[in-house]
Amino acid sequence: MSLLRAQSLTKSFRGLKAVSEASFEAPEGGIVALIGPNGAGKTTCFNMIAGVFAPDSGRIVFADKEIQGQRADQVCAAGVGRTFQIVKPFAGLSVLDNVMVGSFLREKTESGARRVALEVLAKLRLEPKASQPASALTLPDRKRLEVARALATRPRLLLLDEVMAGLRPTECDEMVAVFRELNRADGLTILLIEHVMRAVMALAQSIVVLHHGEIIARGAPAEVVRNPAVLECYLGEETEV
Amino acid sequence: MSRAAALLLVLLALLAAFPAFASSYLLSVVTLILFFAYAGQAWNVMMGFAGQLSLGHSLYVGVGAYAAAILFTRYGIGPWAGVWVSIGVCALLGAAIGFLAFRFGISGVYFALLTIAFAEFTRIGFDHLAITGGPGGLFLKVSQRDSWDLLNLRGPPEMFYYVILALAAGAFLLCRALLGSRAGYYWRAIRENEEAAQALGINTFRWKLLAVMLSAAMTSVAGVFNAFYYNNLFPEQIFHISRSIEIILGPVIGGVGTLFGPVIGAALLTSLADAITEALAALGWEVPGVKQVFYGFVLFAVVMFLPNGIWPAIARRLGVSR
Repeated sequence: MSLLRAQSLTKSFRGLKAVSEASFEAPEGGIVALIGPNGAGKTTCFNMIAGVFAPDSGRIVFADKEIQGQRADQVCAAGVGRTFQIVKPFAGLSVLDNVMVGSFLREKTESGARRVALEVLAKLRLEPKASQPASALTLPDRKRLEVARALATRPRLLLLDEVMAGLRPTECDEMVAVFRELNRADGLTILLIEHVMRAVMALAQSIVVLHHGEIIARGAPAEVVRNPAVLECYLGEETEV
Repeated sequence: MSRAAALLLVLLALLAAFPAFASSYLLSVVTLILFFAYAGQAWNVMMGFAGQLSLGHSLYVGVGAYAAAILFTRYGIGPWAGVWVSIGVCALLGAAIGFLAFRFGISGVYFALLTIAFAEFTRIGFDHLAITGGPGGLFLKVSQRDSWDLLNLRGPPEMFYYVILALAAGAFLLCRALLGSRAGYYWRAIRENEEAAQALGINTFRWKLLAVMLSAAMTSVAGVFNAFYYNNLFPEQIFHISRSIEIILGPVIGGVGTLFGPVIGAALLTSLADAITEALAALGWEVPGVKQVFYGFVLFAVVMFLPNGIWPAIARRLGVSR
């Protein structure tokens, strides 16, 4: 059963096709990676799913309901959490308060929201920094905070937009472990955009490759990374030396 | 009990006992301070909490004042009923302005300009309305009574002092409760980053509208107080942009978005400006506009040296939370 189905998504910006007839799915409880070179249309796909803007055409079905064209807050309330590629912390608030903003979506009381936020912070090992202002965090910690905030809304589907970028390999492995645990224990479905192949290979059960707004390959990680079309768009054509 | 709560209780006790030993002049100064502390607190809900800059809060003071005053003078409806009309009218007015702005994505400086525009054309409109008395003003019957007529808000200065003290304390407690609630968290999230707030499931349009409506409603009560305390209303005065600026100076200097900021800012500005005017008068110098020049210097100094306002700096020293 697919939790998320994107069907023939198309989006143009001033005549330039950012995404063209892209269809992909995320099965319930699965982890799917969306990869491709810069400018391939990955973040545009995310923004259409998350309700930042509507697709020009195509359908997005989440939990058997069409959600294309809904506002970002409606999509989030329906159960889709997202992180931003360019992190957007609430800089003037503490780390805990940042996460509580997320947890207030399902917890109406302050004590409830605080409890959920602390649980999420513990999962992401941000608890020691709970009372620090978000503006004092390092970039890796800001990325964790993005994830924590999104998780606090208790999503069924989590959209991760390059959360591994800028992390050291050990930090990256830590994050991978966190997402694996969330996926395994809570049944969280994850759709991630990622350039760090170390994380993609460790996490993804299937990979969708976008290039110039079109899907050029999909399948299990091991197959996709050997696919000549994928290698070509990433590395250029293979030549015998 | 936290240190902030202890500090607050001491302050409240001092203020409650104040009329017993204060001269009538000092009483009028502190009444004015409390008035600006209350109005500043109301403005702070919109700007300090939700990040929506209003430079036209005189609109709500004026409309609130006129609504209650007209009901009282022409229809004999007392202020305790009239205040609800003022609150309702101003909340709707705030909703209309907020709807226009947020529906069409007007924000930042342009939103501030819109709030000025509404205050300005209401000022001009009220100058030409028969029911408001036009530029000739609207007057409430002055009664130099020694007895308290709380029902009709007619009485000695002490009564008005306690009314505005109760309002200022109530607004403080309300804002404190709001900051700890979901609304407070959502407003601050919107202030910090609206896109991220919306991605966390916050209907930003609705919450911003709520902030404007609440701020407008609270400010209208200041207007009702204004009408019954001064007993005269002129559109040129009450809707004037300088009144809007006076309201926001307190929280800006005290600390935008903080609870104590509006109180401390109002206390500092009003008392010092009055002291300077009095001192100059005692020396035999009448200097028109000295208050405004003083406001300018204080604002300048705060922006230069304490850009977050005075309270955050004091709070750090005292070791209390903001």
